[in-house]
Amino acid sequence: MTATLSSERLGEIIATHSGLEGPLLPIFHAIQHEIGYIPQDALPVIAKALNLSRAEVYGVMSFYHDFRTSPAGRHVVKLCRAEACQAMGADAVHDHAKARLGVDFNETTRNGAVTLEPVFCLGLCACGPSALVDGKVVGRLDAEKIDRIATECGA
Amino acid sequence: MTLKIFLSRDAAAKALGADDVADAITREAAARGVEVVLVRPGSRGMIWLEPLAEVETPQGRLAFGPMTPADVPGLFGDLTAHPKGQGLTEEIPFFKSQTRLTFARCGIIDPLSLADYEAHGGLRGLRRALAMSGADIVAEVTDSGLRGRGGAGFPTGIKWKTVADAVADRKYIVCNADEGDSATFADRMLMEGDPFTLIEGMAIAGIATGATKGYVYIRSEYPDAIEVMEDAVRIGREAGLLGASVLGSNRAFDMEIRVGAGAYVCGEETSLLNSLEGKRGIVRAKPPLPALQGFLGKPTVVNNVISLASVPVIMEKGAKHYKDFGLGRSRGTIPLQIAGNVKYGGLYEIAFGLTLGEIVDQIGGGTASGRPVKAVQVGGPLGAYFPRALFDTPFGYEEFAGKDGLVGHAGLTIFDDSTDMLKMARFAMEFCAIESCGKCTPCRVGAVRGVETVDRIAAGDPTAMPILKDLCNTMKFGSLCALGGFTPYPVMSALTHFPDDFSGSATGAKEAAE
Repeated sequence: MTATLSSERLGEIIATHSGLEGPLLPIFHAIQHEIGYIPQDALPVIAKALNLSRAEVYGVMSFYHDFRTSPAGRHVVKLCRAEACQAMGADAVHDHAKARLGVDFNETTRNGAVTLEPVFCLGLCACGPSALVDGKVVGRLDAEKIDRIATECGA
Repeated sequence: MTLKIFLSRDAAAKALGADDVADAITREAAARGVEVVLVRPGSRGMIWLEPLAEVETPQGRLAFGPMTPADVPGLFGDLTAHPKGQGLTEEIPFFKSQTRLTFARCGIIDPLSLADYEAHGGLRGLRRALAMSGADIVAEVTDSGLRGRGGAGFPTGIKWKTVADAVADRKYIVCNADEGDSATFADRMLMEGDPFTLIEGMAIAGIATGATKGYVYIRSEYPDAIEVMEDAVRIGREAGLLGASVLGSNRAFDMEIRVGAGAYVCGEETSLLNSLEGKRGIVRAKPPLPALQGFLGKPTVVNNVISLASVPVIMEKGAKHYKDFGLGRSRGTIPLQIAGNVKYGGLYEIAFGLTLGEIVDQIGGGTASGRPVKAVQVGGPLGAYFPRALFDTPFGYEEFAGKDGLVGHAGLTIFDDSTDMLKMARFAMEFCAIESCGKCTPCRVGAVRGVETVDRIAAGDPTAMPILKDLCNTMKFGSLCALGGFTPYPVMSALTHFPDDFSGSATGAKEAAE
């Protein structure tokens, strides 16, 4: 079931952050932290509260890789594609992950368990290939670790 | 008897299982009825030994690593017989041969203990600064020769002077912690291992320039660093280090942590400022300089984490102490981040001046795979690939620029001989296409055409090579910021130093090598 955001709660989030200098990103982060994505019907409300146009608010949301317009799978697995991880054979590990999960990057497994995403650098460059699984760091990723993560995530 | 054990809380240690080891230590202590004080400091920087556990002894801390839960019971027995024993941590050659100024406390203290911080020299620089005039602080930082550690290498003191001299009702200190370059993790390690150093450096910057508010813009890919920094700011505020009267001086400085949202380009300072303001992370044309019209149009110091975190030691020990390290116009120390396919990977702080070969072969110990080193990318995804023929290049800003490369944020990615350099050149263009902010055409369109042109070379099209060179030239001189402007560095260096990989039969050559 998709989590939703009541207009009352949205109002609270906006009010909590509206005193900040540059409140828009913190508002988006707070919404996504709470329900996992940015519901599009929240945009005009935010725009009105911050005295911005709806296009500006949409433009900001869509600029950043992090913000989603629909919920992700139950687990989000981010695999680092950057150079230091490539030097340690990340590409082959990613191919294994895609095959094991039956998805490409930016897709969710059919049972909704895992969304697979690329990420460019987690700062774990001396112990690559690296990954971020539901916000938890994983180093020296290999096919075996991928299988274990996939199983633990129910994929 | 109480056993005091230090176990790194750094994200790299956690990624290698440190939290499981911590649980095992707690369980083992309970089972044996031994009282254990478990401290979770940052990392000593020896990532190949992580998770690294250290046991306090009268002789110093004894190191054990890389630890697994199965190695934990041994910490409660005869330490000299432990199979993962590495001897005294500070005698490990990788550690002992460093000059740790900026990272002096990292890995040693409890990152969130202000008392521990002060006991190890913390706040001395700020206390000295509070007794000085702003102009004198700026002069001290200028005299130290400190240059921006984010990559551009601009003299920090001169930037501060511009902000200090600007007249405005509000000024800001913005710390760029959007450390997006592959092979770089110094900012992350410092924030996780010694956050008060960054806070102290920002407070000094504020006192020096008349700025009363600071922001640390941390990338969302660093959840552990965000958590530590938020805790540290709260603790600093409660202790009076931040707030209306910094350490009782009646001079105000406070700060906030802000989180990025996955856009690499926000590591560019003007793009970062737009993002901080709640806008799309689009690059601004310069002038105006951020020092004059930065965050919300006000004079703003934008400095990298390591630049700001180097200020406390400069203020504590004096400009001369810092300046005496280094070579040429590259003064002080630089935290090298040795990464990729490397045997001894990690953070190594040392004066500028080692040759690339010394760093890769002696300190890094060559590749993890045991195969020959083919190339080293220095300075992140916008840095050049260096072949072994250029390993005599000394580590310094001008020295690397002289070889058509850059020091950047001092990250080094090591690749072995199985690497296809055409593929790496293609990746550089692909990355630029994904991360381009879209404002200027050479970057936005050039990167897409770049991928297509590399593909034509791979397919054996002889007409594509001059087009790629021409395109790189256009991007280098026509782009608004370093993303489009520096993407030609990895592409052209791959092309120049590894022409065989671009001959159209690279795949065959690679297979023959294997």
